[in-house]
Amino acid sequence: MSSDQPFITDESQVVTETRDARMTGQGDRFNSRLREAFGSSPFILTKFDKFLNWCRGSSMFMLQFGIACCSIEMMHTYAVKHDLDRFGSGVPRASPRQADVMIVPGTIVSKFAPRMKRVYDQMPEPKFVVGMGSCTISGGPFQEGYNVIKGAEEVIPIDIHVPGCPPRPEALVYGVVKLQERVANGEASPVTVKPYELEEFSDLERDELVDKLADEIEEDELVMRYNFADSP
Amino acid sequence: MSLERPDSVDDAAVERTPDELEALLGDLVVDRDDHLNAPGFVIRPDTVQETLSILKEQAGYDHLSVVSAQEYENRYESIYHLKKFDDPTQEVSIVVPADKDNPVSESAEPVFRTADWHEREAYDLIGVEYDDHPDLRRILLPETWQGHPLSMDYDKDRPQIATLPEHANPLQEHHKDAESDTMFLNIGPHHPATHGVLHLKTVLDGEQVVDVEPDIGYLHRSEEQMAQSGTYRHQIMPYPDRWDYISAGLLNEWAYARAAEDLADIEVPEYAQVIRTMGAEMCRIAAHMLALATFALDINGDFTATFMYAINDRERVQNLLEDLTGQRLMFNYFRLGGVVWDLPEPRDEFFSKTRDFLDHLPESVEEYHNLITSNEIFQMRTIDTGILPPEVAKNYGATGPVARGSGVDYDLRRDDPYGYYDELDWDVITEDGCDNFSRLLVRMREVEESAKIIEQCVDLLEDWPEDERNIQANVPRTLRPDDDTEIYRAVEAAKGELGIYIRADGTDKPARFKIRSPCFSNLQTLPEMANGEYIPDVVAALGSLDIVLGEVDR
Repeated sequence: MSSDQPFITDESQVVTETRDARMTGQGDRFNSRLREAFGSSPFILTKFDKFLNWCRGSSMFMLQFGIACCSIEMMHTYAVKHDLDRFGSGVPRASPRQADVMIVPGTIVSKFAPRMKRVYDQMPEPKFVVGMGSCTISGGPFQEGYNVIKGAEEVIPIDIHVPGCPPRPEALVYGVVKLQERVANGEASPVTVKPYELEEFSDLERDELVDKLADEIEEDELVMRYNFADSP
Repeated sequence: MSLERPDSVDDAAVERTPDELEALLGDLVVDRDDHLNAPGFVIRPDTVQETLSILKEQAGYDHLSVVSAQEYENRYESIYHLKKFDDPTQEVSIVVPADKDNPVSESAEPVFRTADWHEREAYDLIGVEYDDHPDLRRILLPETWQGHPLSMDYDKDRPQIATLPEHANPLQEHHKDAESDTMFLNIGPHHPATHGVLHLKTVLDGEQVVDVEPDIGYLHRSEEQMAQSGTYRHQIMPYPDRWDYISAGLLNEWAYARAAEDLADIEVPEYAQVIRTMGAEMCRIAAHMLALATFALDINGDFTATFMYAINDRERVQNLLEDLTGQRLMFNYFRLGGVVWDLPEPRDEFFSKTRDFLDHLPESVEEYHNLITSNEIFQMRTIDTGILPPEVAKNYGATGPVARGSGVDYDLRRDDPYGYYDELDWDVITEDGCDNFSRLLVRMREVEESAKIIEQCVDLLEDWPEDERNIQANVPRTLRPDDDTEIYRAVEAAKGELGIYIRADGTDKPARFKIRSPCFSNLQTLPEMANGEYIPDVVAALGSLDIVLGEVDR
């Protein structure tokens, strides 16, 4: 477009027709709360943090992460009928490096916990975790199992717990929407940037077990220690 | 079906009495220890291979269902449960006691390939060591685990350490060689194509697979321990739902119900059997729909059309199951001696909903055929890949759609009838292709057979006289089966033969509860199917096995 005076707009047009159309519109379809907040002015005054939180809450990328029974209901939540995408959080990413939210759908056992920790550590900040099902709360029906971690919180921090065995897809949707709400309001648990938290074998306190395993495990091998007697 | 040795056909088909078998085994038999389902012969721990090969080659017992090990006060014991693929009602148990202080027993791996993993599991959980085993390592627990959790002196509260071996690479030296094209690839345990938490250690030569080794145990939830600490009557039934959690809950519950009912001698009313049969087949449809959806996802990367359509059909059948049982996934609907409640009221509405679903089903199956099986790209990916010859399938103890896709005509619903199946009109589906495509085709055709069964059940239930609707037999509040009775019973679950071995010790809890999971045996065949093929074919083969890790690891 060419114009002699490119920076001057026709004020009358903006103030009258455009504004009226914005304010009243045809029905409420395009009149979101955001639009109301804008009013006639194209500017909005807010804190950058607040804006960013709102963005984060409105578009969440999920980690495609199936563990146990709950992952079946999680698949149903992503698929037709429940369609988590309606809430702006239905894009499952196969790589943890592209994901914002990890839904932990199932029982964590001793062999898997260090791997889950590793996957969590690979997600970029800020990251959020939804614990799905009773197993991620306390070990659920398998709490007494000799091999079962008594809740995912023993390994990674969790923002929202969705109880149920398994929770219905509606419950998971509710949990995710609650998380979005909290994220948008800046209420999610504080993010602390930490190095890899898995210990090396040489970091462990020396005791009978460590001494016994000393010739089996290398000094710099990453390990996770379970004190089953102290678990809740 | 062809047998390995034509000259043994006559011998194999013959049904022998326990005494004839004892005569055949001769001096090998030390003692008798009969189980409720089969005669049991006690043998010395160093004659396992000899005994099993006589039974396999001369008496036709070509199916090693499961190896269940346990610890007694004075000894360890491994039991080999043998069957015939031709007639699974002919069973025999070989009981191998081992010394308490030095539990060593000969491995059966050279006779039955499937014993490999089963014996590793017995070593891992119980602590029996198998002489002559090719690779006796822990299979379900981390390799640094201390103690054997199902042995008697295990302390559940002791601390444990699990490792995360980083870039474990057995080929490191080869990498130094610039000419070499060999590499090591870890697939899983968190990977979209592994259907859960499975870890495949893959050695590649260029794009071809030299060796693939499934590493399992990432979902080992101590199911056997949970069952052993629950009472027969009510506390065990919720757990089977969580073995094969792909909506196959009722099929799994039936496995436990069948074993426990036979153990405690409970007769199930006919009306309850019809309801059970109907519910179980609905579960089979739901399970096969998910197998179809994820297989399409693996092959075509089709997250939109096929996956969504199949999930949609699952939602329909899950709605029916929810009406029937009150839950979407973990039904807990069976009780010993029947089912927990009658069909939902109003019955007519339930029947018409079910009929609507059945009427709609042929159309959607047609749609899947249009989308998947007649798709050229799909055919190129699946036909003639992942070959599993019938003899290999039998040797590994593969069952269910995996065996039937290799032409092995084995279906416990027909061959070892339970429930109401023998009164109904339906067919066992087999395909002779032995490839990925056949296994998918078997599942798709089985869906139609299941629909036929459900339809007949609905007809029966509709006309059932109102005063004969008995949903539960009269079962004592506390069940205490006699001391030292043992039983192994199996049903045809969605993935194959799901069996339960129970040993009662006179209390209200089982002394040993062993789960024979079909996926555990089926997954063992993966290296046979994948070695020498291209890397995408591994994914296709794994998808066509349709494993569920909850059942592999238990």
